[in-house]
Amino acid sequence: MTALSDPPKEGFRLGMLIYDSRYRSMTIQVAALVGFIALAIWLVSNTAANLAALDKSLGFGFLMEPAGYDINQTLLEYSSRDTHLRASLLGLLNTLLVAAMGCITATIVGVIIGVLRLSHNWLVARLMTVYVELFRNVPVLLWIVLIMAVSIETLPQPRDFRGDNPAATMKVFDSVAVTNRGLYVPEPLFSRSLGNTHLLGESSLRFDVSNDLIVILIALFGGIYAAHRVRVRADRIQAQTGLRPTTWWQRLGLITGPTIVVLIALGFHLGYPALKGFNFSGGTYMRNSLLALWLALSLYTAAFIAEIVRSGINAISKGQSEAAAALGLRQRRIMSLVILPQAMRVIIPPLISQYLNLTKNSSLAIAVGYMDITGTLGGITLNQTGRELETIMMLMLVYLGISLSISFVMNWYNDRVKLKER
Amino acid sequence: MKRFAFIGALTAATFAAGFASAGTLDDVKAKGFLQCGVATGVVGFATADANGRWDGFDVSVCRAVAAAIFGDGDAVKFTPLSSKNRFTALSSGEVDMLARNTTWTFSRDVELKFNFVGVNYYDGQGFMVPKALGVTSAKDLDGATVCIQTGTTTELNLADFFRKNGISYEPVPIETNNEAIQQYIAGACDAYTTDASGLASARATFENPKDHIILPEIVSKEPLGPLVRHGDDQWMDVVRWTLNALIEAEEYGVTSANLAELAKGTDNPEINRLLGTEGNLGEMLGLSADWAQKAIAVGGNYAEIFERNIGENTPIGLSRGLNAQWTDGGLLYSPPFR
Repeated sequence: MTALSDPPKEGFRLGMLIYDSRYRSMTIQVAALVGFIALAIWLVSNTAANLAALDKSLGFGFLMEPAGYDINQTLLEYSSRDTHLRASLLGLLNTLLVAAMGCITATIVGVIIGVLRLSHNWLVARLMTVYVELFRNVPVLLWIVLIMAVSIETLPQPRDFRGDNPAATMKVFDSVAVTNRGLYVPEPLFSRSLGNTHLLGESSLRFDVSNDLIVILIALFGGIYAAHRVRVRADRIQAQTGLRPTTWWQRLGLITGPTIVVLIALGFHLGYPALKGFNFSGGTYMRNSLLALWLALSLYTAAFIAEIVRSGINAISKGQSEAAAALGLRQRRIMSLVILPQAMRVIIPPLISQYLNLTKNSSLAIAVGYMDITGTLGGITLNQTGRELETIMMLMLVYLGISLSISFVMNWYNDRVKLKER
Repeated sequence: MKRFAFIGALTAATFAAGFASAGTLDDVKAKGFLQCGVATGVVGFATADANGRWDGFDVSVCRAVAAAIFGDGDAVKFTPLSSKNRFTALSSGEVDMLARNTTWTFSRDVELKFNFVGVNYYDGQGFMVPKALGVTSAKDLDGATVCIQTGTTTELNLADFFRKNGISYEPVPIETNNEAIQQYIAGACDAYTTDASGLASARATFENPKDHIILPEIVSKEPLGPLVRHGDDQWMDVVRWTLNALIEAEEYGVTSANLAELAKGTDNPEINRLLGTEGNLGEMLGLSADWAQKAIAVGGNYAEIFERNIGENTPIGLSRGLNAQWTDGGLLYSPPFR
């Protein structure tokens, strides 16, 4: 900036804006900015003009009108008389559910595959290579549709379970029903339930919180904290005396004890699915659309994560593992104590992208009829109200919001594990 | 992928709509063909054969309109549209008209800014179930899994029907008719619901059509008809009166067989006006005098189109029912050509 305030030795000519390196970068930036603003103005005015030509106006009032359609997988209570806003919220929860399940599974599978790909066992390493190449080179949409189609065509229908000599039977001690409509698994029930806390009254965003769940979580986290204290104490004693007291049974008891006591107090038991009418009732119903989407997204993303993990491990110099081996650590401990913690620094940044990809790919849900937010807000609501522009803008904002939140959390984690340079 | 098609259409809406609505008839004449939105594949209503030639009950309306304008029933290009992206395609100007078993409703007419030019099939929503299920009434479907095509009036009617009767169901939303049929056949849903004509059409494609029954309940009114965008009355008139010409032709006994003879002139002034030997109706529409002749020549009158595509002698086997002429106790009633 000092260059600008200095009085120029020679008079300012217009050509200097381009040929003088003092001004050139500023000229280019101003030109680019003007161009960008002009483009934005043109886009907005053109959209407005064409909306006017179509005799349509922008407005979000439709969100408060009754949706009129039903949603099969509802994490909150919902009926067709609820508003479009609530239908969108339920879609959002379904998106978040499959994204969270997908990210967790993809990470676990990806880390295992990535580590095994470096195995000295020739067969295992090659098998993992086949897995990675197979999954990451076929579009995820095909995997979703394939898993869905296979489950529909090969698994038994609910009515096959009927009769004295049924064509299909329930698995795992008669507790799990595998059908071509999905999986029915036992659900947790409480005979002395504490009920629900209803929040936000009658608004579209109302939701219930299970008091049972809160109590159980308090007991569980309390136990984990107590176990953590025991471990800290053991570390201190070990540091002082060199002898580590045996604490595993204390810690196990502290973690499981309070939770078990709470579960017994609440009268915990399992509700088993049973064939009733057209479908199984009771139990938790995992629709095959959810399963297909979850499996396909996890396995597909796991292939990428495996490569990221492999590159992260390879980035750690061989000297590290040799040094650890020289100290007498076993192979598995070398991996978990020396290699992986360092590899994490390389792994996490690209891992964030994979989580974002998985979340965005979950919008392919409509291919199997899973009612995520693209299916509710961007599908049925859009279609029934004809508000294309509004719904698509809302959808973009929602995905942007989810993605930014994920990267915020992961960046925070990355800051924690990255090499501290002081 | 749907998303991309959709956003593409949206972009097209922002860029193209401005000039597409100038005068659709002139635009169509200038480009030399009609762009018609049809279903992605509903046997009898809109299907493409092995050579890619589209045929069916709805397709015939497109061909008739093309013939009225160009004298050639093949001067038309078809855009197969899912029930979800059909409206965007029409309002963006991607297609000139939609003949895609679309229900005429208030909100589509008023809020979505379309004009329904008439009704070419009076339908109602029904349910199909396998006979083996032992269900005889839709009210027995408590707790059943029901396949529906998403983005249609069907899913709203379905919600209303089950709600009114106080029974529960599990909806399985599906993008296209074909996928829905596949899931239904595999037993992933107990029942398939759509317009009764669509059910009959689907059943005709089954290996054993006799193993499936269509339940007696018709839970809604579904007047299906061709539609165009708001704001171009001349174009709306062209499509509306072409459809009326097909219906009027049946009423006055004008068929593809006797068309050439009647076109020489008859004693009936109504027929003469329809076929353009008297008066100047064609000119008023901005078309040639014999526009209706050409429209009828492509596939015959309404009755011929009906019988050939979905009538009782086809695998679909629909009877005329509500779709008979008003003179036969049906609802088809063309306003007079004068």
